[in-house]
Amino acid sequence: MNRNVLSRRLLVGVALATLAVAGCASNDPEPTSTSAGASEFGALSGSIKASGASFPNAFYQKALDEFAKVAPDLDVTYNSVGSGTGKKEFGSNLVDFAGSDSTVKDGDGPTPGSYLYVPTVAAPITVSYNLSGVSKLQLGPDTLAKIFGREIKKWNDPAIAADNAGVTLPDKNITVVHRSDGSGTTNNFTKYLVAAAPTAWKLGSGDTVAWAADTQAGEKNTGVAQLIKQSDGSIGYVDFADAKASGLTFAALKNKDGQYVAASLDGATSAVAGAEVKDDLTFNPLNAAGATSYPITAPTYLLVRPAYTDATVGKNVKGFIKWLLTDGQQFADGVGYAKLPTALQQKALAQLDKVQA
Amino acid sequence: MTQTTERPAVNLTQKGRGVVADRTFWIISLVSGLLVLAVLALILFTTLREAWPALSYSGTDFFTSSTWVPNDPDGDGPLGPQFGALAFIYGTVVVSLISLIFAVPISIGIALFLTELAPRRLRAAAVTVIDLLASVPSVVFGLWGIIVVGPALVKVFSWFHHVFGGVPVIGSVVGEPASSGRTFTTAGIIVAIMIVPIITSITREIFATVPESEKHAAFALGATRWEMIRGAVFPHSFGGMVGAIMLGLGRAMGETIAVSLTIGAATQIVPNIFASGNALPAVIVQNWGDPGVPPGRSALIACGVVLFAITIIINYAARIVVRRAEIRMKGAAA
Repeated sequence: MNRNVLSRRLLVGVALATLAVAGCASNDPEPTSTSAGASEFGALSGSIKASGASFPNAFYQKALDEFAKVAPDLDVTYNSVGSGTGKKEFGSNLVDFAGSDSTVKDGDGPTPGSYLYVPTVAAPITVSYNLSGVSKLQLGPDTLAKIFGREIKKWNDPAIAADNAGVTLPDKNITVVHRSDGSGTTNNFTKYLVAAAPTAWKLGSGDTVAWAADTQAGEKNTGVAQLIKQSDGSIGYVDFADAKASGLTFAALKNKDGQYVAASLDGATSAVAGAEVKDDLTFNPLNAAGATSYPITAPTYLLVRPAYTDATVGKNVKGFIKWLLTDGQQFADGVGYAKLPTALQQKALAQLDKVQA
Repeated sequence: MTQTTERPAVNLTQKGRGVVADRTFWIISLVSGLLVLAVLALILFTTLREAWPALSYSGTDFFTSSTWVPNDPDGDGPLGPQFGALAFIYGTVVVSLISLIFAVPISIGIALFLTELAPRRLRAAAVTVIDLLASVPSVVFGLWGIIVVGPALVKVFSWFHHVFGGVPVIGSVVGEPASSGRTFTTAGIIVAIMIVPIITSITREIFATVPESEKHAAFALGATRWEMIRGAVFPHSFGGMVGAIMLGLGRAMGETIAVSLTIGAATQIVPNIFASGNALPAVIVQNWGDPGVPPGRSALIACGVVLFAITIIINYAARIVVRRAEIRMKGAAA
């Protein structure tokens, strides 16, 4: 047996061993808790699947982990593929419920009347920056719009200085960082700019907008955070959980009442409380009234069907979402999301009761 | 005396098992060949059908305009989304060209080294290592590109910009580098590393088929090693080399994840190769989850159709080039 044959057989052996190990790894983790938990949820069994927005994914994954302890026989999966794909899959009956940061419009997939909105959590979108020597930054909406629209190109521009009395701003170029992929985060950030700075912001709102060519783009919130961290003089929008995880500094933004508020969960809760809630339970906490409201707070919803043809699936969906709106809310703070204020929570539970299963 | 047995007369027109096997083989081969054509035609047809809403919305502007506005910029006002993919076509072409410029000399050099210069024992090890390079996943290359290679290359780009920036024509090509290091050139270099194994292994096989007699004839006439390679190896292998390069080019143009991470996602057409840009497969993978306002999803599929068309055109052009060169080099034997 010469060396070639030996090395080839060794390679084959290693490959087979790798396959065997991969095959042995179990897909479904065994539920760890054997205690009864809330018995109304403990009786649920079956499996339901969902897909949608990546913005609330950190919260949903944590919630799923905790829910598995309470209802070990019910298997829930949530695939974070993006609001657009989630809505399309919901409309094509591929998933039982979907997560979306944005409301359903024509062409998204679900036909009118085939869905109900259930708000779940809200979270601030921070304006994170990296500027050596400046640890506190305040920005008004017009200044923000001009920075992201590339009309203001240097940090020591008079418009920024006007918002920051007493802070020495260096003579550095501003590097704007945004998302390279389509995202509900971009959608909510640009909707805020359209609402708060309608004349200064020219690019409209949407999951992607036509950013100027001399800006930088990162993939997902973590990509944007990484780009901000690595270049001095950069500014971008990152959701609260990822900004905190990456250790970024965020700017305090001027809200509708004229107060400068830094991104925080309390600011988000205040914004949701101050938001107008429509009949279908969509609400807009962007640029909300309230002295302590943080102006860029993004809502997120779950889309459910008004009636489920499969009674077990319907019961399971209602059970899971009810848990999410009651016991599940306590886990939101830990992962950087603001739970719903009581009034909205009650409305959401009432909406969920309308689902026939 | 050996006993002779009467051998039955062979009837060549008799139907036997051989005929059935032959017929079956013929049918299977025909079906396989047609299957490939059918799959290609099906891909073209279905993607065109999905892409049609965007193509009819933008018309020829899709191929000639570099304005890509995927949302409704003024809400309910008169402006709507615009889809012009010229910037992405430009990005794909530039990244592929840069990757070829880096990969082709290196691959041919490696192949020549392995066939002409390397000692026998080194050959096997080198082949294994190069094939190992081919097995590294694309996303790993992309991550390495944005975390290590991009930031490191910014200094190199700045040096080029500093030194050659003032020169009249070349100056606009080596402009101000993007500070993140995610540029056409970075993407080109990463893709070059990814296509080196493909071009090398095919070229090496081609070089190995050069008849020893031709090489010895060149040596006998007093050629140096390089002159032998130029006179005996290259003319014989020209068709195969172009084929290998076309394969590498096809991979380079379709390379998605690595390019999408390292190219910087900026929609612009600039001569500056140190600027950020975007490419057709990259824009598809970036925006697929949330394509935005309809016909956004259609527009992304239309980008795929354009990429498909470009690949077919380039492959066809390569065939013509190879045919002409072979006729010229081999004369009547071609």
